[in-house]
Amino acid sequence: MADMKVGAYICKGCGIGERLNVAQLVNIAQKEGKAPIAREHEFLCNASGVEMIKNDIANEGVNHVVIAACSRRAKAETFNFDNVAVNRTNLREGVIWVTPADDDKKEIVQEMAADYIRMGCAEVKKMEAPQANPNHGNNRRILVVGGGISGMTAALEASKTGYDVLLVEKTGALGGWAAKLWKRVPNREPYADPMDSGVDAMIQAVSGDKRITVHLNSTVTKTSGAPGQFSVDISKESGGTSTENVGAIIMASGFTQFDANKLSHYGYGKSANVVDQAGLEELAKKANGGAIKRADGKEVKSVVFVQCAGQRSPKEGELSYCSGHCCNTSIKQAMYFKDQNPGIDAMVMYTDLRTPGNGEDFYRSAQKKGVIFTKGWPKEVSASGELKFKDVILNEEVSTTPDLIVLATGQIANSGVNIDEVKQDEPGQWASTPQSVLNMVYRQGKDLPQLVHGFNDSHFICFPYETRRTGIYTCGPVRRPMDMAQAIEDATGATLKAIQAVENASLGRAAHPRSGDLSFPSFRKEGCTQCKRCTVECPFGAIDEDEQRFPVFNEGRCRRCGTCMGACPVRVISFENYSVETVATQIKAVDMPDQFDEKPRILVLACENDAYPALDMAAMNRIQYSAFTRVIPVRCLGSVNTNWVVESLNAGYDGVMLMGCQKGDNYQCHFVKGSELAHVRMSKIDDTLKGLSLEVERVQTYEVAITDIERAPKLINEMAETINKIGLSPLKF
Amino acid sequence: MAEVVATNETILVVGGGISGMTAALEAAECGKNVVLIEKNPSLGGRVSQLYRYFPKLCHPTCGLEINLKRLRGNKRIRVLTLAEVAKVEGKSGDYSVTVNIKPRYVNENCTACGACGEAVSAEIPNPFNYNLSKIKAAYLPNAMAYPQRFVLDASIIGTPEADKAKAACKYNAIDLDQKEEILTIKAGAVVWATGWKPYDAAKIQPYGYDRIANVITSVEFERLADPHGPTGGKLLRPSDGKEAKNVAFIQCAGSRDRNHLKHCSRICCMASLKQTNYVTEKYGDEGQSSIYYIDIRAIDRFEDFYQKVRANKTVKFIKSKVANITEDKATGNPVLHGVDTEGYHRYDNAHDLVVLAVGMEPNVDAGKIMPGGVVADVSGFIDINSTTEAVFGAGCASNALDVNRAVQSATAASLRAIQVVNRVSRAEV
Repeated sequence: MADMKVGAYICKGCGIGERLNVAQLVNIAQKEGKAPIAREHEFLCNASGVEMIKNDIANEGVNHVVIAACSRRAKAETFNFDNVAVNRTNLREGVIWVTPADDDKKEIVQEMAADYIRMGCAEVKKMEAPQANPNHGNNRRILVVGGGISGMTAALEASKTGYDVLLVEKTGALGGWAAKLWKRVPNREPYADPMDSGVDAMIQAVSGDKRITVHLNSTVTKTSGAPGQFSVDISKESGGTSTENVGAIIMASGFTQFDANKLSHYGYGKSANVVDQAGLEELAKKANGGAIKRADGKEVKSVVFVQCAGQRSPKEGELSYCSGHCCNTSIKQAMYFKDQNPGIDAMVMYTDLRTPGNGEDFYRSAQKKGVIFTKGWPKEVSASGELKFKDVILNEEVSTTPDLIVLATGQIANSGVNIDEVKQDEPGQWASTPQSVLNMVYRQGKDLPQLVHGFNDSHFICFPYETRRTGIYTCGPVRRPMDMAQAIEDATGATLKAIQAVENASLGRAAHPRSGDLSFPSFRKEGCTQCKRCTVECPFGAIDEDEQRFPVFNEGRCRRCGTCMGACPVRVISFENYSVETVATQIKAVDMPDQFDEKPRILVLACENDAYPALDMAAMNRIQYSAFTRVIPVRCLGSVNTNWVVESLNAGYDGVMLMGCQKGDNYQCHFVKGSELAHVRMSKIDDTLKGLSLEVERVQTYEVAITDIERAPKLINEMAETINKIGLSPLKF
Repeated sequence: MAEVVATNETILVVGGGISGMTAALEAAECGKNVVLIEKNPSLGGRVSQLYRYFPKLCHPTCGLEINLKRLRGNKRIRVLTLAEVAKVEGKSGDYSVTVNIKPRYVNENCTACGACGEAVSAEIPNPFNYNLSKIKAAYLPNAMAYPQRFVLDASIIGTPEADKAKAACKYNAIDLDQKEEILTIKAGAVVWATGWKPYDAAKIQPYGYDRIANVITSVEFERLADPHGPTGGKLLRPSDGKEAKNVAFIQCAGSRDRNHLKHCSRICCMASLKQTNYVTEKYGDEGQSSIYYIDIRAIDRFEDFYQKVRANKTVKFIKSKVANITEDKATGNPVLHGVDTEGYHRYDNAHDLVVLAVGMEPNVDAGKIMPGGVVADVSGFIDINSTTEAVFGAGCASNALDVNRAVQSATAASLRAIQVVNRVSRAEV
């Protein structure tokens, strides 16, 4: 590694040159920042400015670059240099756009800029250009768990893209639920009639595909490793286990039909003429296009479909959610009867009929075929098969005794064990369980975390594949209740993500949301006290424990948020370009005025995804905040080490503000619990403050949204106001 | 002159909304080269104009920030704005796409310092706010705009206003001589993610959108609720600027209707349920929301959200397709007429403001992309199951979808495109 050489480049454009004494800043970069090369430029982001920097990198040996110009969110492509450590010191959005141009403020604004130059130079010296995770695997094979429509789609799509696939199916045959259907809901024009499920053709395609290896009657009994280097045990029902290596995993374990035996008030199990939708598919398959007969052999001449049976229900033991597919499924099943014999009475009883998109055409087609739709609330079905219900339109209590009643019950996710409810195995005592789908040997549990109602969906609206276990993606009804058309789209998307995961892993790069990040955590074992905070708090289960309780980092699973770094009380975890040191050194670099100067210093640690952009946009709107503020962007509030706060108080800062995302059920933190953890950690800082004889108001943690363009500056000004009231910190020298 | 290096291993993504950005980013993060074209001056699409998302009530710009960060750090994506496809020719694995690029009159030198905006006094209706407010004719499309670069509206070109803008710019960023360009871009596969547009509410004559000031659309209501929108986040009704506290939401405005859009637009029920939260957010118990609906389509766990709104005592549900709306001339209040089908009661209900939950019309003219090869369904969405060309519909160009499902669809479309360019590259090895 060549010797470190810092180059600091200070832009005079966009008013920086008019508002600030740039010559003084250059001087500070040289003298205090120890930058052997420090240059100013009229317009740094234009071709000549960029050329100047490139030239210094190529010919002057500059390998640590400070760009003192606009925000890191602006001109990012312009200031993109390979293989050098880069700091973006924000003089535009961070200084001149948020402070008044008045002459009497000139001094404190210049001090603000000077501090940012000191901080930038200090930080860059503690950074290294990241060199990518060396402990990466190169395995590109995709494991698909589940051989239903979702799993077969994933396998075929991966193969079509040029990747090998291992497909594991628990039962003795491919096809899943779809194979049990007589026909499927149409997926194309004219959306008028049930169509062939296509599942047989799909099974043939999978079986004939050279890239796909199928294991039937098999389950996954062990999963360990990381993207690019997972190791999985595949065990046969009849005995025998093989260990295979794969690069990424798609979990398509599907759903289990809600147990209709729980609906005895609807006559299921009591009356011979009550079935669920799966039961009707069986009867329709048996009829093979002829008249559909009940189990007792009677030909069905009248049928009623009861929607939302045991669903959308507040009752204990029933499902509170909607399974989404059942309205279209009942319409399809009503057509089984009408298409065979238009004289059969078919009625669908619903609360809200839910046929989104072109399902509306399918609904209309059923109406044309004479299916009756009634808004009604079913009460009960007697043993003799009489259905009592309230006709909501006529506002009357009525009853009917059709030949057959079909209950539209819901989907329950086959998501394995709920890791929030099951005690984790101790390291060294891990054992597989048949309830688990993946049997992961992870410190944080055997299966994927569940979102709600037992489904493994992503928490993020914009990022449906933002999984909490890197390199493992769910799709189909295990993610959320869905129909076949959606499952196919979902499985195709999940396949892309699995492929992307193996490609990124092979380059040692991070996965979403810090995709492309080459940094990775390094850990100094000598200092570790085995406190387990990092292994517990990692939102992605990236860190295991060995038998002595030392953390074992799986860099390939890491998403580079730094939560472990924030958690570590002895500061032994760091990234090449982001560490306890890179931030602490900035905190210390600020020139602290003495107590009698009446110049407070407020430190803001701002989440780079929400709070920092909000402050940027405040600046674009020229909304001002106290020039006594020094803002440091952090990867996530979860990465904030309490030590930074303590050190800044010791250094004489008068206020410390932590700005993170929304926490709680609707959290917006992309590292799941970063903001929440910071709030918890900071709730314990009060004792420290009291120990230092400081007021507790001096340290505050906030939830700031990216839209808080007015509020974020207001919070800073309120802190300035508070400091004004309680006085400056006595810890200045 | 825009230079674009593209080969038949390049994926062209048309549309820079959340679906197009997703398709482009996912492909690029798999190591593919992508050209992303957007007809507006900046990326972000229609979701960036929403105040909040259902069901989390979070802000769309949060996800946009992450996507822009991914984009800024990825050298494999070339973004062209103000660009529209004129023609697609060729075959799977070997397309030649003609793209028209409108002049921005501002070049890459722009630093978004804002000097031109200050210098210009002419104003234009602000499309980001659905023209409910005005913006300077030299403008940054919005605070999250990418590229972060100003635009000069064509209406001031050739006027002294344009000269003022040019004179104010210190960075030689204003180029009044820019002309429309025509580019030909090679691509192995195309992802078509041109999104949707709100159904033209004026076509639903009985609802009087074109006659009654206080009848607005759901997308306009989003802008009113946004603190950075035209009313500073106040729910002010258009006729008299009075605060609208008693708000009616009419579902299926244009959707599920043979005379308008045949399909169900999927998102509108959830959007209206979400918007009742805006009323509560602003006025607490003093606000009143009434939802006139046929079926409430809150699918899967969205049901949880529906039940929460149901539990809000300030929200009423009326099962009815509203027959027509008249205006009370004295108050400016719209009056809704119809029959509540639960028990068949006639009503004539006055509200301060009516929000039409307008349907989702695909922003696609499939017949013109590649006639025969790219197939649309009767609603105009690209039918991905019948299309034979390697032109893959994504997001709301292919179906009426919410954001989450649009992103899934875009990710799937991205893989389909990758399969084509992988086939091309294997053939060339």
